[in-house]
Amino acid sequence: MELDDLYQQIILDHNKRRAGYGLQPGGFPSHQYNPTCGDELTLTVRLSDDGSTIRAFEWEGKGCSISQASASLMTSEATGMSVAEFERFAEGFRDAMRSRGTIALSEEDYGDLAALSGVSKFVARVKCAMLAWVAAEDSLILTRESLN
Amino acid sequence: MSQFTPEQSAAIRAEFPQLSETVSGHPLVYLDTAATSLRPRIAVDLESEFALRHTAAVNRGAHSLAAEATEAYDDARASIAAFVGARPNQLVFTSNATESINLVALAVQLASAVGSPARFALAAGDEIVVTEAEHHANLIPWQEVARQTGAVIRVAAVTDSGELTAEAVQSVMSDRTRIVAVSSVSNVLGITNPVRAIADLGRAAGAIVVVDACQSAAHGRLDVNSYGADFVVFSAHKMYGPTGIGALWGTTEILAEMPVVLTGGAMITRVDFDSSDYLPAPAKFEPGTPRLTQAIGWAESLRYVESIGVDAIAAHEEALGADMFAGVVDIPNVRILGTDHGVHRVGLVSFTVEGVHPHDVGQYLDSRGIAARVGHHCAQPLHKRLGVDSSTRFSLGMYSTSDDVALAVAALADVREYFGEG
Repeated sequence: MELDDLYQQIILDHNKRRAGYGLQPGGFPSHQYNPTCGDELTLTVRLSDDGSTIRAFEWEGKGCSISQASASLMTSEATGMSVAEFERFAEGFRDAMRSRGTIALSEEDYGDLAALSGVSKFVARVKCAMLAWVAAEDSLILTRESLN
Repeated sequence: MSQFTPEQSAAIRAEFPQLSETVSGHPLVYLDTAATSLRPRIAVDLESEFALRHTAAVNRGAHSLAAEATEAYDDARASIAAFVGARPNQLVFTSNATESINLVALAVQLASAVGSPARFALAAGDEIVVTEAEHHANLIPWQEVARQTGAVIRVAAVTDSGELTAEAVQSVMSDRTRIVAVSSVSNVLGITNPVRAIADLGRAAGAIVVVDACQSAAHGRLDVNSYGADFVVFSAHKMYGPTGIGALWGTTEILAEMPVVLTGGAMITRVDFDSSDYLPAPAKFEPGTPRLTQAIGWAESLRYVESIGVDAIAAHEEALGADMFAGVVDIPNVRILGTDHGVHRVGLVSFTVEGVHPHDVGQYLDSRGIAARVGHHCAQPLHKRLGVDSSTRFSLGMYSTSDDVALAVAALADVREYFGEG
């Protein structure tokens, strides 16, 4: 396990760029907490008026470079997806993260998020990478419940 | 105050096989002894040999194996008690120090529910004093006591440089103070607290004084009586012993008064359908089949510690710890939590690296073979008090060397550059 497999330049860049950073009032934010390291992240998914498309991710939080980059990369790659598309996307991401290095994210499907593939070899860091995604799924459920 | 010679260090390190392992292609530099110390081969060998040849039920049965096991268990207790300056019947075996504190806290809850014994019974408005530097294990059990009884938690402040004074404790005491809970050394700051002065205040006020001695237990001479406390707790796995066993030490008087918490076999004399009589301490706090192999292993670990010499280990770790502090403090953009001015420190230093999260610091160090602790170290309130969320910690054991410290300091100096902060 090489350290550079984990910390690709894209990750270090997104740790600083943090696309989607900044929460606006309203919506259905989800607060997620990682008790082992004390990291936290709050994320709100904004849907189109008909509830079918993800218009934006807004998030704030503090944590390691993996958790911050994962939130930023998700924002960059998944904004504009249909809800159904995002659900499949998140499922595939989770499967790869939990694969202990056996499933790599393809650049074709996951774009720059493929840079997070190396995380799955570092079991202790999978939770860091998943923090924003768990918040997104949770916020999505809360948002869609409000539409029904 | 001096470090072990290279020859002495080599002999000690030969006894700890894990130190020959490699991590990420580098020889292991183990700087996480404050979380769990490594195990000496001699103690693990004895534990294994004992399990293979002498396993039997303790305190029951008349056959030879059971009698031998009972004798070995009692000998282990006597030997561990002697190491900490206690009498054997003052030493209650538990799973770990956390359980030891919980045992006292639960006894307080049980007594409070029925209003006796008076010493342990708290009422609404009574006060429990803790400090800002406590590990969660010496905080949360008391929060539960407060929740169950209506008692109130009072928190003694540490200074911005991490010092706890007896005056700070005194300032939160009142005529309602019933419990004072303090650690001998903070597991984040590494600073030795004035436990004797604090315990004196607590006992003068008639409070039950509980000392968490986990971080000093095998890093200097632990004399449980020297604190002047009612209870002292510590864990084997921070004393070169096995996981799964720890101890609650109490004065003879307080253990006699303390109500039983867990009940069952092995802690009784007469049993009828409606009531039973209990054995005196420590048996009344140890129902069920005891931790036989662990007690044997712990006692042997401490014999090994004694063979090296507790004072020599303390001197080695203190001298090396001072070098480590000096090495870390010199690195730009690294902030140490706690001072080294005018305080006694153990070989432990926690710090933050500007612009790099501790999780990333720890991962980078691991890639250089260095095992450091990252996170909040089970002390979230203290981190908040010091204005940070988490930190990275280096801690020393008897096997640590100046090479370990030099490698760790050199790696730490490279962290910011790796993450593009340099």
